[in-house]
Amino acid sequence: MATGIRDKVVILGMGCSKFGERWDRNAEDLMVEAFEEGLKDAGIGRNQIEAAWFGTAIEEQHVGKSGVPLAMTLRLPYIPVTRVENYCATGTEAFRGAVYAVASGAVDIALALGVEKLKDTGYGGLPQRGRGGLNNFFWANISAPGSFAQLAAAYRAKHRVDAKDLKRAMAHISVKSHDNGAKNPKAHLRNRITEEDVLKAPMIADPLGLYDCCGVSDGSACAIVTTPDIARGLGKKDLVAVKALQLAVSNGQEVQFGEWDGSYFATTRVAAKRAYREADIDDPRKRISMFDVHDCFSVTELVTMEDLGISEEGKAINDVLDGFYDASGRIPCQIDGGLKCFGHPIGASGLRMLYEMYLQLSGRAGERQRPDPVLGMTHNLGGFPSQNVSSVTIVGSYGA
Amino acid sequence: MTNHFGILTYGAYLPRRRLQRKAIAAANAWFNPGLRGLAKGERAMANWDEDAVTMAVEAARDCLAGLAPATVGQLMLASTTHPYDDRQNAGIVANALHLGSALRVLDVTGSQRAGTSALATALAAGSSTLVAAGEHRLAKAASPQEMHYGDGAAALLVGRGAPIARLIAAHAESVDFVHQFRGHDRSHDYAWEERWIRDEGYMKIVPAALEALFKASGTAPGAVTHFCMPCTLPRVAAGIANRVGLSENALRDNLAALCGDTGAAHPLLMLAHALEESKPGDQILVAAFGQGCDALLFEATDAISKRSPRGGVRAALARRKEETNYERFLAFNDHIALERGMRAEADHGTPLSTLYRNRDMVTGLVGGRCRKCGTLQFPRGRYCVNPKCNALDSQDDQPFSEIGATVMSYTADMLTYSPDPPAYYGMIQFDGGGRMMADFADVDDGKVEVGMPMRMMFRIKENDAARGFVRYFWKAAPSARQ
Repeated sequence: MATGIRDKVVILGMGCSKFGERWDRNAEDLMVEAFEEGLKDAGIGRNQIEAAWFGTAIEEQHVGKSGVPLAMTLRLPYIPVTRVENYCATGTEAFRGAVYAVASGAVDIALALGVEKLKDTGYGGLPQRGRGGLNNFFWANISAPGSFAQLAAAYRAKHRVDAKDLKRAMAHISVKSHDNGAKNPKAHLRNRITEEDVLKAPMIADPLGLYDCCGVSDGSACAIVTTPDIARGLGKKDLVAVKALQLAVSNGQEVQFGEWDGSYFATTRVAAKRAYREADIDDPRKRISMFDVHDCFSVTELVTMEDLGISEEGKAINDVLDGFYDASGRIPCQIDGGLKCFGHPIGASGLRMLYEMYLQLSGRAGERQRPDPVLGMTHNLGGFPSQNVSSVTIVGSYGA
Repeated sequence: MTNHFGILTYGAYLPRRRLQRKAIAAANAWFNPGLRGLAKGERAMANWDEDAVTMAVEAARDCLAGLAPATVGQLMLASTTHPYDDRQNAGIVANALHLGSALRVLDVTGSQRAGTSALATALAAGSSTLVAAGEHRLAKAASPQEMHYGDGAAALLVGRGAPIARLIAAHAESVDFVHQFRGHDRSHDYAWEERWIRDEGYMKIVPAALEALFKASGTAPGAVTHFCMPCTLPRVAAGIANRVGLSENALRDNLAALCGDTGAAHPLLMLAHALEESKPGDQILVAAFGQGCDALLFEATDAISKRSPRGGVRAALARRKEETNYERFLAFNDHIALERGMRAEADHGTPLSTLYRNRDMVTGLVGGRCRKCGTLQFPRGRYCVNPKCNALDSQDDQPFSEIGATVMSYTADMLTYSPDPPAYYGMIQFDGGGRMMADFADVDDGKVEVGMPMRMMFRIKENDAARGFVRYFWKAAPSARQ
């Protein structure tokens, strides 16, 4: 009988590069930037790493395929390096590989590193890519904002929400993330904005305007994980442990069948339930200290807070406008600026979210530090609302 | 009347945008002031994702509405603007219409008479034939052709059964009179002087053909109630009617003011229009000009009063959106070097082996219906999508093209590359099950809503300009049903 991942693996060290338009840096430079910080934080040498997982989504854009770019760049000593890709959950997927390797007892110390260099396309937004084989023949001409924008149309229709009210709540989400990003020296976007800025911004995919969309950034983040015993042996105190690692992947029911109405993420609901069970959390609204969710677009964050079971269905607008998720609110969401402002180098994003949770749980979040956080939750969403990969991760103080 | 041979049904299609001729003149009169005199009415203008094949498919769907595909034993596609020189264009239409492979298909081209020649051949052959004609006509900016031409399609099903019209007589005159031509490697027509075309062409060749027709049939010209004569030169059709002895009342509207001259499709479009307005016993005369003349004389039967309802020319004309943006017309026809942005640089190469394996799904919008649980699904997978079923290889072919749908979610996307931004698309739910994320076609800004009824339309999905390949698929367009 499986016993889950709770408290079996702890974070030994983490690193994260500055995110942004890193015109003067290659992907390899960003990887080294994150790795150097992570290695120092862990207090180990690179030869103590026994296995590595490398997350990069649009590899043809920067480092190329396979685990080789990671091993070459970091000069890893002929260890197993596995390259993973799972849409925007890629970074979390790399983390999952490293954590499971340690939990299985196969290795003592493992590395997960994610990187993406998105700003070498020559245009804003994510690169234009093929959809693979047969998909090119029948998929609609979708972009990322266009697919997520549809959440708003379906959500409005289902909950009979006025378009203006929804847009205002979405604006609040972006304003809040900019406030948070302004306090984060590693964030891509550090400017504060107003609700009016959001409402007046140029339209990208109706009803998502420019400020409803997250930054497209260059960046890298990494985690070095081990067992609680080894961490203590290396002199670590106040351990941050993995409490839950869940992933749910669409099987076609949303896009081809069933009751799904386009207003929520079926996968997130499943992954969140499993994660709460794995972490033994009954009432997440009371227990979770903070979130970093996949706010690729403002409306995604809004519906995600319902899918994670924090806001009641159809009521996230109220929580958002009440400031429940603000930095000073009951449960802050995107306290580091989120994808919106920290930025979204795809392969690094899941690890970047964990980096903030780790800093907060270690009391090292500086200006952004929350008083006594116990459990932090991260969430990634890759693909499209109609067919996607959703990951939910919970980390927290070891033993809590 | 149940085992007679003749025209069984008809169908028509016009692209929704109607370019105002005033807009063409306003843009070009500085260069060619003569255009001002032609600046009346409107012309049908193909959307960026429409061509002779897609429009012919739509006309054929209108024609075949309510009929089993097995009714068709042969398919002819007439056009002078077939998208392919070497790939059977009619075969694409047949696949989109689910006509099966046990079928003779034929592209007919090379003249403005291609449509009528195909029809005459089908009628002479005596077998069940779907005759479709479509044109997406290109003309140089500031040319009179740009004013006169229109895009559109028509289709006629001939065969045995209860025809709504039967052929009385047909005659063909073949004369190498070159009033205009388009060389093999050219995009545009080259025309000679209109006065010569009128006097030496229309006014001599067409009367000769009609007189031969009446002589052979033994019918009187005065008995003709509908004279379909596609000619945009002024007073020519009336002059011919007068010379031959046709009643002036028989002269039908050539639709020039409403859709323009749709080339090889136009005689068939006018015939469909006449059938739509005929009563039993009416005589319909169709004449088509181009290196000679095709003349066909029909008589409407009693069955015409019992014809099943279909869109026809009336619905095609009514499905209309006024277009005053001449630059959009130029851009759709690739006549200006528009900065399309880096996103337009994506490679849209088509793996032909993939297309072949999945041709029914892609060209025919065929998905699956599970024999075990009845679930409709697109595309079909090896396993049924219903989580309570998941049966292996349990699905029969289920075409979705004729099933209505409603919008579940949508967006108007300014980021993704579209030749006509914003790109509208969204989830649609088919009536009775099945759903898909579909591109939308022919929607109006700000008029899309969740719950809006849609119908599928056959359209161009991608133009692979690097290799000259056009890839087709189905899109959802607002439906007239409410």
